[in-house]
This record gives sequence, structure tokens and C-alpha cells, in this order.
Amino acid sequence: PFGGPLSSEMSVTLDIKLKRANKVYHEGETVAGVVTLCCKEPLQHNGIALSMDGIVNLQLSSKSVGVFEAFYNSVKPIPLISSSIEVAKAGKIPGGKTEIPFEFPLISKGNKVLYETYHGVFVNIQYTLRCDLKRPLLAKDLSRSCEFIVHSQPQKSKIVPTPVKFSITPETLQNVRERSQLPRFLIRGHLDATSCVISQPLTGEVQVDKSDVPIKSIELQLVRVETCGCAEGYARDATEIQNIQIAEGDVGHGMPIPVHMVFPRLFTCPTLETTNFKVEFEINVVVILQDDHLITENFPLKLCRV
Amino acid sequence: MASVQWRSRGRNYEAELQRCHPEGLPVEFGDYHPLKPIMVTDTKTRRGARKGSTSSSSSSSSSAPVDPLSSMLDGTDPLSMFAATETSAAASHSSSVGDLGRKRRVKEEEALGADFEPWSTKRGEILARFTTTEKLSINLCMGSDRGKAPNPGSSAVSEKVRTRLEELDDLEEGSHRELLNLSQQDYANRIEELNQSLKEAWSSDQKVKALKIVIQCSKLLSDTSVIQFYPSKFVLITDILDTFVGRLVYDRIWTMCSDPRPLPDSFTVEDVNDTAKETCLNWFFKIASIRELLPRLYVEAAILKCNRFLSKSGIQETLPRLTAMIRGMGDPLVAAYARAYLCRVGMEVAPHLKESLNANIFDLLTTFRQISGDSVQKQLHLQKVEVPAYLMLYSPAINWILQCVAYRAPEPLLTEMMERCKMMANNALLLNSIMRAFRPEFVATRATDFIGMIKDCDESGFPKHLLYGSLGRSLACADPPESERLTILNEAWKVITKVRNPQDYMNCAEIWVEFTCRHFAKREVNTVLADIIKHMTPDRAFEEAYPQLQSVITKILMYFHDFSVLFSMERFLPFLDMFQKDSVRVEVCKSIMEVFIKHQLELTRDPVILNAMLHICKTMHDSVNALTLEDEKRSLALLIIGFIRMVSFGRDFEQQLSFCVEARSTFCNLEPVLVQLIHTVNQLAMETRMVMKGNHSRKTAAFVRACAAYCFITIPSLSSIFSRLHLYLLSGQVALANQCLSQADAFLKAAVSVLPEVPRSISVEGKLRSSESFLLDFINNFLATLLVVPDHPEHGVLYLVRGLLNMVQDYTWEDNSDAKVRIYISALPLLAAMSQETYLYSIHKVDSNETLYGGDPKFLSEINKLCETLIGQILDHLKTLTRDEQSMRRQSALAFSLFGVLLAHGDLKNNKLSQLSINLWNLSHKHGHSETRVSIRTLESIRHQAQRPDMAHLSDTIQRLALQSRT
Repeated sequence: PFGGPLSSEMSVTLDIKLKRANKVYHEGETVAGVVTLCCKEPLQHNGIALSMDGIVNLQLSSKSVGVFEAFYNSVKPIPLISSSIEVAKAGKIPGGKTEIPFEFPLISKGNKVLYETYHGVFVNIQYTLRCDLKRPLLAKDLSRSCEFIVHSQPQKSKIVPTPVKFSITPETLQNVRERSQLPRFLIRGHLDATSCVISQPLTGEVQVDKSDVPIKSIELQLVRVETCGCAEGYARDATEIQNIQIAEGDVGHGMPIPVHMVFPRLFTCPTLETTNFKVEFEINVVVILQDDHLITENFPLKLCRV
Repeated sequence: MASVQWRSRGRNYEAELQRCHPEGLPVEFGDYHPLKPIMVTDTKTRRGARKGSTSSSSSSSSSAPVDPLSSMLDGTDPLSMFAATETSAAASHSSSVGDLGRKRRVKEEEALGADFEPWSTKRGEILARFTTTEKLSINLCMGSDRGKAPNPGSSAVSEKVRTRLEELDDLEEGSHRELLNLSQQDYANRIEELNQSLKEAWSSDQKVKALKIVIQCSKLLSDTSVIQFYPSKFVLITDILDTFVGRLVYDRIWTMCSDPRPLPDSFTVEDVNDTAKETCLNWFFKIASIRELLPRLYVEAAILKCNRFLSKSGIQETLPRLTAMIRGMGDPLVAAYARAYLCRVGMEVAPHLKESLNANIFDLLTTFRQISGDSVQKQLHLQKVEVPAYLMLYSPAINWILQCVAYRAPEPLLTEMMERCKMMANNALLLNSIMRAFRPEFVATRATDFIGMIKDCDESGFPKHLLYGSLGRSLACADPPESERLTILNEAWKVITKVRNPQDYMNCAEIWVEFTCRHFAKREVNTVLADIIKHMTPDRAFEEAYPQLQSVITKILMYFHDFSVLFSMERFLPFLDMFQKDSVRVEVCKSIMEVFIKHQLELTRDPVILNAMLHICKTMHDSVNALTLEDEKRSLALLIIGFIRMVSFGRDFEQQLSFCVEARSTFCNLEPVLVQLIHTVNQLAMETRMVMKGNHSRKTAAFVRACAAYCFITIPSLSSIFSRLHLYLLSGQVALANQCLSQADAFLKAAVSVLPEVPRSISVEGKLRSSESFLLDFINNFLATLLVVPDHPEHGVLYLVRGLLNMVQDYTWEDNSDAKVRIYISALPLLAAMSQETYLYSIHKVDSNETLYGGDPKFLSEINKLCETLIGQILDHLKTLTRDEQSMRRQSALAFSLFGVLLAHGDLKNNKLSQLSINLWNLSHKHGHSETRVSIRTLESIRHQAQRPDMAHLSDTIQRLALQSRT
């Protein structure tokens, strides 16, 4: 009857399970699932609570800190949603596995917009469910949290894909020190669109028509551009999300090589622009020659969800 | 007890036979009878189903008896059927797979059809063909790669935080394994280790680590150093990919959906639950973010099948995309193999999607010009690889892709391929692959066209004999139009005969021998053989080509079963002479003998065959030496025996005997052959007797004596004592049957004199066993023969019987053995039979003792005296058996058998004998070791006999035979 606090604590596990396997929800929908409790013996508790939080975390890169001391304060977390409900009143839970279903409406307060989940470097948008189980004296409270993913509402206006052609020769390059020393080459290609649907891959073609020096590699670099700040000043940082090689070695000339990149989940979101921060994306087509010459062609992207 | 008297019971064998004649008891239909033929019904079982019921047929008389064994074996027996499904299951995936997986895989194979040669048959060949002695290395880290050449992409932008996705590229955080200086075997072992660690990682739920291993492995395929090993490397690494997708990922997702009941094989996207879909999607996202092109392609190809979980059209959309993606691979060899892998997966998952296959081959053709490009040439120069050798590296990949393309492809497509080949200036590499991959029938009907194309081919880079080799391989299994055959052979051989390098020549000639044998006769084959001899003799080139030469012989034997034709081929025996290495020569001789035994159905006396076969058999025989294994000797002996049995000179018995004489001197080292020769000669003697209907003429009598002499001098050379004994006895019987009395006497005497040499234990099938039971069997058999052997005029009465019994007495029997006494007991019936007026059996034209002595009382009393001595000996022995339980048991048994003999053969009217029998009965029952059931049966039998008038005296005896009561 006087089971020590440790013994009972050891045997309890608390978990949150969402109904949807992919954990994706939209504003206005109901986040549903179960809180599961597993314990060998009956468990005394002082109430089980469930809370939902959505938050934007901003961070300044080290190089920006100091320079923008003035608006340092403006870079504090921005809450998007916060609410909680009581799942169970204080009482006893029988031994074994107990499942308590819950439903949580995903509705923002006021005119706040629920931005899409995004895991970046300087900007993070995250939504979590957190379950707290309060326990009587001498026993530790239990807590468990679980991230769920919010997709923003589909954009209403239709996107008409407009192909973007490009042609790279030594003459088209900028930032070249000695243009005369460059080997001759002609690389042509196109992207099917720069306004991209986030759930569909970026596509296009690259074709090496001529190159005096053999190609070593052709890569697609996906870059995030994150901006934090306000009117007084802002920090803008570009970092690589992923780099996908589409050609390796001395590829045959005149053969179109497919450009294909899947936008990674969580690490990309529809291009976002707010008063406090911005999240944008760019693609670089990087051609490396065997003499280690590096040729980059940059394309800003606009991502959206339809 | 010493004064036992013996009187044999008088027997009327005729009357006894009459009495005992069993009335034929008809077996009722439907009755169970063990010898009734068993018939297997339901032999037509479909592949895979292993039913098959056995039932005995109800009408045994009307239906011809069907041998249950052979009826089981006509191709549909469950065992071979099972084996067939097994191989086809194993065919698609060499790695062992789970039971569920296997079932499904068999299904898929069937979708492809059995006429599609699966990858698994190719892999062994590739592994054996593309080898290297150079040192290999495995580099299992991308981090180091980054270190050497700083990734320009990441340097362009500050990269501080590595995302989880990028970490996929490292096997372990910061780990870097580079294994240098590996031999080929080491390399294969390492790859296998990786395969193991992949499975371990997977089973311990480290899915990401498993994926990392797979990525690292596929990355090894972009390394083309030691290029001649590349095809084998491809095989090893794609095995891992197959494990990964076939066994691990796909099955895992599949089982996720199998709750509550397993997914049907033909499941659709709707049947897949959300969790499984999400897991599958996760895999695809992870793979899509693999940085490097080659691993991304391979892993995505490996996991292609999983698209079925996500969408109906997934596979259909992915295949063309992956096909296009390969264009990004700069190295043409790497790209060719990537295409081969994609086609392999594509054929397995969606054989109906032909477009991608075609796209692959056409893309491949456009990359051909890269082979002559600077990058490739520089690499070849660096690795010191010749262009022809380099081109050969492509052939497995191209062959495979073409095989996929050609599989059930419409004729126009194939013709288009041929046209393309012509357009590409008859690219030899492509032409070669077309001939290898397309249906042999297709190639055969256009053989003349192909020959023209081969002629027009650019000689540089790809040797023509290889092209002819490939053409020959197709023609070996499909027939070109009859009118073109000779031209084809002439055209091909014109080129083949000009090949300088003996090894290349032989490889090609070996293939074309089959075509020649298939369509032409002795003359053409002979010409081909002559050409081979001409090419292979200089510098003893044949020494390097034994396997191919052997295969030539095998192919000839496949088509020529008439040995008189075969051996009349002038160059056949000279061809055999090229096998100068002993082991190979014997191997070849054995294969010829096997075919001979299988296909020579008629007895032969053809001198051509006999000479050649004797030569071949002698070669085999002469290979036997002190080191030859027993098994090998046995199999050689069996083959030679098979030959000897096929030799018959018909009525020319003398010729046959002289053949045996020659054979004996030729095969003297193989004992089983000598035994067979003795049997053959004995049979010869009996056949002679049959022909003469038992009455030998002066000439035939001399001949059978010669036969006996042959046996008599051959037997002593055998080392096996029992062979000698049995052959002496048998030859003695044959000699008796042929009225050669002194010869028979000599045989039997020899047998008796050999008896003391019998060792107490002999080796039977490698195990040491007591020889006693074999010896007892032999002596009983011997005794039965002695009844008809007449006494020798110069020796005393019962000379042989006494001699035998003396030997038995002097033989050193095992301790505690009753064998000697058992022989004494069984000698009594013989003696009793000898004292009859008319003997139970006799030999035509041989006077036995019955006639010699004519029931002379002196002879009878000799017999009785001998019997009395025997009984005295037996009783003495019985007296010693009182020591313990064990010996009393033996005493009881012996006493009972002596009782049985007395009852059957002794004259129990004689009081003393009657008393003795009663004593023996009591002795055997004294200690309760007798079997009551046997005793009861015996009493019943005696009672039955006593009813006959001449046996009435038995009723007195029976009164005194008490059954031991069980208390």
C-alpha cells in the first residue's frame, strides 16, 4: 500500500499520439489524437493537462550581433497560438494501458496568421502539443511533448509556370577577375518555373554544349535566405539547405541532363514575408570544371502551396 | 551319452512333394496383397502444387503392372517439381529471403515468364570472368572527400549548421574508413561484411544507419580505379541493394499494412494505410536528398518497387526520370552499368514498361562516342588497359540491357536495332551484344546477314573471333535455314581457323563444334577435329585448353551415339591423344564410357568399337595406382564392367574366351573387373552346355574345361577372401554341370583349403564386422552342393565332407561362439540326405554317390558313424554351456535346433534316438529360455505328422514331450 514514489514512477509512460500519421494540420482543423498512459499499477494523479503552442523563434547570426545591438530586443519569440485544456481531473488511473482521446481546434487568436512550420537556422516556426501529468507529493510530474506540423492555407491565385531559360558563357559571368584566362564553354538550360509548388519538384534541363575543360560536377544548391529585423535595421543571412549533384564527371556534350530537386519537408516553406522576418529561397546551378573553376548561376525562387 | 546311435529316416521325396504341394489360393480382387502393383494416379500436378496421391489399383490383372518408381520419375515427380520452383525462386534473388517475400517473388518471376534468363544466372559468370590481381581499396567516407576538395557549394555560403539530412552522407559521425591494398577476395569479404552490418543495423532498428551503409556502398560504384574489376564490383554491390530494397524496406512497409490481414499481391494504393504511406514517403524524401548523383540513383532505383505503396503511376513516372538522370554520369562505363541496374529493377517490377528500356539502350548508344573521348583514353592509359579489354567490360551490361529490351519484343524493334548497329558503322561491341541478347531463333534466321555484318565490322578494338563466338552460341540452340548451313559453317570456320592465339581459337572452335555436330555428319566433324588438332598441337598448346577440349568431346558425344560411326572418325582417337594430363584423360575416358553404357543398347563384336573401347578402358585402368581412392576405383571398375557386358561374339565362344583372356591381362588391377570376367566365362560355359543340350562333344568338352581352367587360375589373384570362396563354389557348380568332375573336385577342394584363411573380421563398407555369419552362410551353401558331388575314386568315402568338417574343427572360431556346433548341426541333414536311396536332386549326366555306392551298407554305416561323431561333439559342447544365464540361453537354443534336426531327419523309431530327442526337448525347456510359442507350434506339427501311418511312432514320443508350465 505504501509503494515508494520511485517504484511507481519507474513504471509509468506517457505518450501523445496524433490521429494523422503525417501529423499535418491546417488552420481551422481539429488536432485529434489520444494521450496514452501505461502503468503497471493504478496511478494517483492531480490532473492531466494538454497545451498547444505555436511560436516563431528568431535568432541573430553571430556576425550580426553587436552591429545591430539597437534592435536586439526586437528579436524575441513571437507567439502564434497558445491554449490549454484539462484532459482529466485529479483522480486515479487504473493499471494497464489507458487511452484518453482529445480534440483541439487549431484556431489562431485575433488576426494572427498561423505560419507554416519551418525549421531554419535563424528562423524557426514550430507547433507543439504538450501533455502534463501532475502527481501528488514526492512524485515527479510527468510531461511529454509532440510536434505537429501546420501547413498554411493553399494560395488562391493560380500559378502559371513560366520557364526561365539561361545560357552561361565566359561572357555572361560576373565577379570574374581575369576573363581572358577562362576556358571556353557554353552551357545552356532552363528551369520549368521559378515560382514553384512546394510539394512538387523543381525541374528543368541543363546541357553542356561545349567545354574546353571537362566538367567535374554539376550541382543544384538550394539556399534559404532568412531576414530578421525591422525598419531600423535587419540581418540577412543565406545558408545552404541541400546540395544535389545532377552530373558527375565528363558528361557527354549536347545531351540534356535533367534538373530535378525535391523540396525537403520542414526545411522549406512557402516564401514568407512579415514585418519582423522574411524567409526566402534561391537555387544555384553550380558547374565545377576539372580545373576547379566554379561557375554559379543564381535563381531566386518563390515557393507556394496550392 | 557317448554311445549315440544314428539312423536316418527314410524319405520318399516324391511323395513328400506331392503332399506339400500347395493348393493355389487365388487372391481375391480388392484383397490386400503386398506384391500387388501399386499405381500412382494423379501424376499431372501443376507446378508448385505438391499433391500426389498413391492408391493401389483395384484391378491387378487387367492393367499392366506399372513400376511405382519409374512412374514417379517421368518428369512430374514432386521432388523435382519442388526443386524447379526452388530454383526459380532463388533465381530472382540470390540472397535468402523471408518466406513471405519468397512467395511473392515467385509470382513476379512468373509474370516475367520462365523464358527470361534471370540476373542470378549471370552474376556467377561475371564474378568468375572479371577478376584482378591488383590491389583494391574501399573508401567509406564522404567527409574525407570534402576535406580534399572543399565543397565549392558550401564554401560559397557560410555553412555552420549541418542539417540532419546532410549527415546522411557520413556513415558515423566523423568516421572515415579507408581500406587499402585489398585483394579481390578481401574486397568481396568486406562487401559481405557491409551487407551483414546493414542487416544488423536494420534489425536493431537503426534504419538511418542502414540507409547510410547502402549509400556508402553505392558510392563505391563511382570508383573506376582497377577498372577490370568493375563488373564484379557491380555484382557484389548490387547484391546489397537488392537485400536493402527486396528484403528490408519493401517487406517492412508491406508488413506494416498486413494488419489485420496480409495485403493481397495485387494490392492498390487504397489498401495501404496512412502509417505505411508516411513511412514510405519518408524513405523517398530521405533518398531525394542524397547529395551525390550515383548513390541517389542506385538507391532510388533499388527502392523503385515501393512506389506501389504511394501511387498507381509512381513506377511509370519514376523510370523515365531515372533513365534521364543517368545522362549526368560522365563515365560511360559507370553509366552503362547504372542502366543495366535500372533495367534489371525495371524488368522485375514492371516488365511491361518497355519505353524506358528502349530509352536506355538508345541513350547508351549515344554515349558510345565518349569511349574514344579524351577522358576515357587518359584513364585507360593510366591504368594500362587495352581498348579491347576495356570494351569487354561493357559486354555484361549491354548484354543484359539488350536481353531486357529483346524479351518478347516485336520483330520490328529487333530489326531496328540491327539497322542502328549498321548505322553506327557496325559497332562490334553492340553487334556482339545483339547476338548474345536476342532470341537465338531471331539470330539464326538472319545468320547470313550477321555474317555479312561481322565482315563489315571495324576490326580495331573488338576481335572478330568473339563475334563469331557469339553467333555460334546462338546457332548452337537455334537452327538457321537448311540451305545456308554449309555456307555459314564455311564462312565462320574461314575466320576461326585464322585465329592465331590458341586460347582464342579454342574458345571459338569449341562453340562451333556444337553447330557442326548438330547439322552435319562424320565427315565435317572429322574436318573440324583435324583443324583443332592442327592448331593445338604446336607448342603443346592443348595443355592450356583442357576444359574446352573436354567440352568438345562432350558435345560430340551429345550428338553421336553410334559408336561405330564415332570411332570410324579418323581424327577422334588422335584428338583423344591430346589429353596428356592423366587426370583429364581419365575424366574424358570416363565421360565416353558413360555415354557408351547409356546409349549402346545392342551387344557388339565390331572390331573398331572393341579396339577403341579397349584402348579407352585400358587408359582408365592404367590410371589406377596405389593412391587411387576406393570410390574412384569402384567407379572405373563399374564402367569397364559395363563395357565387358556389352561385348558378345555370338556363337563364337572361343573368340569370346580369348577376349576374356586379353581383358584379364589388361585389367588385372581392378578386382571387380576380374570377378566380372570369371562370371562371364562361367556364363560362357553354361551357354555352351545349353547349346549342346547337356551333351558335350569332344570339342565342347575341351572348351568348357578351358573355361574352368580360366576360372581356376584367375580366382587366386583376387584379394577378397569371400569373393574367392563364392567363385570357387560357383565355378565348381558350373564345372559339375558340365561334367568336368576333376575340375569340380579341384574347385571345391581349393575352397575348403582356403577356409582357414578367412579372417575373423572383415571390412564391410568401411566398417569392421565379424565374418562369422558370412562364413556360416557360405558353408551351408557349400554343404548343399556336396550332396551331388561324387566321391573321388582315389580318396576315401565322403572325402570332401570330412575335409570340410576337419577344417571347421581346426578353424579358430571366436570365443564363446556356437558357430562350429551350428555347422555340425547343419551337416546332419546333409548326411541324412546322402543316406537316401534316391537323392533329392542330381545333375544331368553326373553320377552322385547314390549311384556310385548304390545304398551299400558299408557306405551307410560310414555315414552313421560320422553322424554319431557329430552328435557326440554337439552334446559335449552342450554340456559346457552351464556357466551362466547367457550360456544357458545358448544351450537351450542349440538343444532345440538339434531336436529339430532329429525330428526331421532322424529315425525316431529307434528308441535311443527317440530318447535322445526327448532329452534334448527337456534340456531346451529346462531353464525357461525356450519360446513357448515355438514349442507349441512344434508340438502341433508333430501331432499332425503322427497321424500319418508311417509316422505313428511319433505319438508315443509326443506323450513324453512336456510343455513347461508357466507358474
